[in-house]
Amino acid sequence: MSTASRATSLSTPDAVAAARRGTPSPAGPPPSAQKKRLNRRENLAGYGFLAPWLIGFFALTVGPMAISLYLAFTRYNLFTDPVWVGLDNFERLFADPNYIQSVTITLVYVLVGTPIKLAAALAIAMLLNYRDRGAAFFRSAFYAPSLIGASVSVAIVWRAMFSAEGPVDSGLSLFGIRLGSWVGNVDLVVPMLIILAVWQFGAPMVIFLAGLKQVPHELYEAAQMDGAGPMRKFLSVTLPMLSPVIFFNLLLETINAFQIFASAFIISNGSGGPGGQTNYYTVYLYKRAFADLQMGYASAMAWVLLVVVAIIAFVLFRTSKSWVHYGGDTK
Amino acid sequence: MTTSGDITVAGPATPEREGRTGNRRGRINTIVWFVVLGALTLLVLYPLIWLIFSTFKPSSEFGSNSGLLPESPTLQNYVKVAEGIGGTPLWRFFANSLLIATLAVVGTLISSAMAAYAFGRIRFRGVSLYFAAMIGTLLLPFHVLIIPQYILFQKLDLVDTYVPLVIGKFLAIEAFFVFLMVQFIRNLPREMDEAARIDGAGHIRIFVSIILPLIRPALVTSAIFSFIWTWNDFLGPLLYVTSPEKYPLPIALRLYNDATSTSDYGATVAVSMLALVPILLFFIVFQRFLVAGVATQGLKG
Repeated sequence: MSTASRATSLSTPDAVAAARRGTPSPAGPPPSAQKKRLNRRENLAGYGFLAPWLIGFFALTVGPMAISLYLAFTRYNLFTDPVWVGLDNFERLFADPNYIQSVTITLVYVLVGTPIKLAAALAIAMLLNYRDRGAAFFRSAFYAPSLIGASVSVAIVWRAMFSAEGPVDSGLSLFGIRLGSWVGNVDLVVPMLIILAVWQFGAPMVIFLAGLKQVPHELYEAAQMDGAGPMRKFLSVTLPMLSPVIFFNLLLETINAFQIFASAFIISNGSGGPGGQTNYYTVYLYKRAFADLQMGYASAMAWVLLVVVAIIAFVLFRTSKSWVHYGGDTK
Repeated sequence: MTTSGDITVAGPATPEREGRTGNRRGRINTIVWFVVLGALTLLVLYPLIWLIFSTFKPSSEFGSNSGLLPESPTLQNYVKVAEGIGGTPLWRFFANSLLIATLAVVGTLISSAMAAYAFGRIRFRGVSLYFAAMIGTLLLPFHVLIIPQYILFQKLDLVDTYVPLVIGKFLAIEAFFVFLMVQFIRNLPREMDEAARIDGAGHIRIFVSIILPLIRPALVTSAIFSFIWTWNDFLGPLLYVTSPEKYPLPIALRLYNDATSTSDYGATVAVSMLALVPILLFFIVFQRFLVAGVATQGLKG
């Protein structure tokens, strides 16, 4: 992300100011010594303020990651010492039909749900951007599901809404569509959870809307003068100008989607059913680690996911150079 | 209703402002706009509205009455639910959730603001490296951490306490908040802290008396998000809290869901509703802060 480089560039004025304060006192110690002392003080202050984060970073992130990597090559049940088994866990993973199914439904959920969610978010953001007055109310109303969507309460409501003779079933039967319960249906439980994901379109929508507000009006006027229609304006002005925001939403929403847990867990009462169709990656990992106490196997699962997410992020960052346009001046 | 023309000059630029092609068409467009968005709002909020009305349905109506309105409205669900479940009263779960969420908010605010000040205002060795690492944790799937963290807390004999749930918050583990505050601090003018420094103020003074008051909006946004996320968190307490009298609401809800879902749907639905009330209240009061927080997060990424 461009912010990392901005970190250094923005902190330079500090150094300039420090240097400036160093020079005008010819009577004091030589500037280099004073600078050195100043540097030491800054280092001390920096590490002091960063101490909580540093402790957390090493004790709760880096350290555990290393342990997790080690465990991925062991058999470990929490009570006896881990036994080194080499690549055994990984070989078992790819031979495990439950794992393959878990990967498949998770990928379907991510690859179908995220684009639909983002498309809905963008479409509704553009609709909201049409007018200023009244838009704030709708924006807030649409945002509400994003706050509560991952809660157990909503999972319970969702299950009730999509049960046999529930509101969705009865609503659809008015149109002659009789699907019965979505919850117990092997083919419908994934769509049901995708709908739950799309329902939370509000968070990316708010980000899109803020991005749309920053597109310079002159660009649309220029396009208008060139005889561009609404579609042309969307493709040649809106999309390119919005591409940094699209990139951000795509990255975050994709990574978030991989982490679905509470809703799938609650809807299936922790079983991953029907037919393993709610056995999402996190649910399966949880079951393997904490119900079966196969910590090594589950750690191997975690690392496969980490590598996949890293590859996705890397590909997104790499390809972003060709489709993300940061205007002449990023700010 | 807006009259066309003057708004176009005064208001901020939006691409297809109404009324450019004439008053009448503009007005029709406006009406269509309100109708479409109004219908969409109903659709989006329907699950919530349905939940609210359903809490007044007797359990026997679930499965037969899928409509909004209860046929024979009752407060029985709430009465029953107040008694609690398995010998633990309902208020206890609320109190537990409130305690955990409050600790999380306090910890997050202190540790994240400190880290953000270091990243945003202090030039020390390694700062850009650590900043990059912090951004990296923003994208890290939590899966790689849950197993080793569980082992760590188990070895330290901290399972079935709230320590595993809140210790990370005191250590700025949630990079989202650090990032939000860094962005805020970077946009503050430097003149004030430079002036203070010339007057001899150290970093602690500058942080406490200049930066903290100025980043109040970011602190409020972080506090609300931190509260809501902790309140909703399911996996954390599922792993670490084992005694029912220590359960926070989401785990207690699971108890209702498992124990009573076939026989007593009304109770489950009522607790679901009650668990959402604090979040919805927060949302109604602070929605502008929340929406603004989300928007800046995305734009400056």
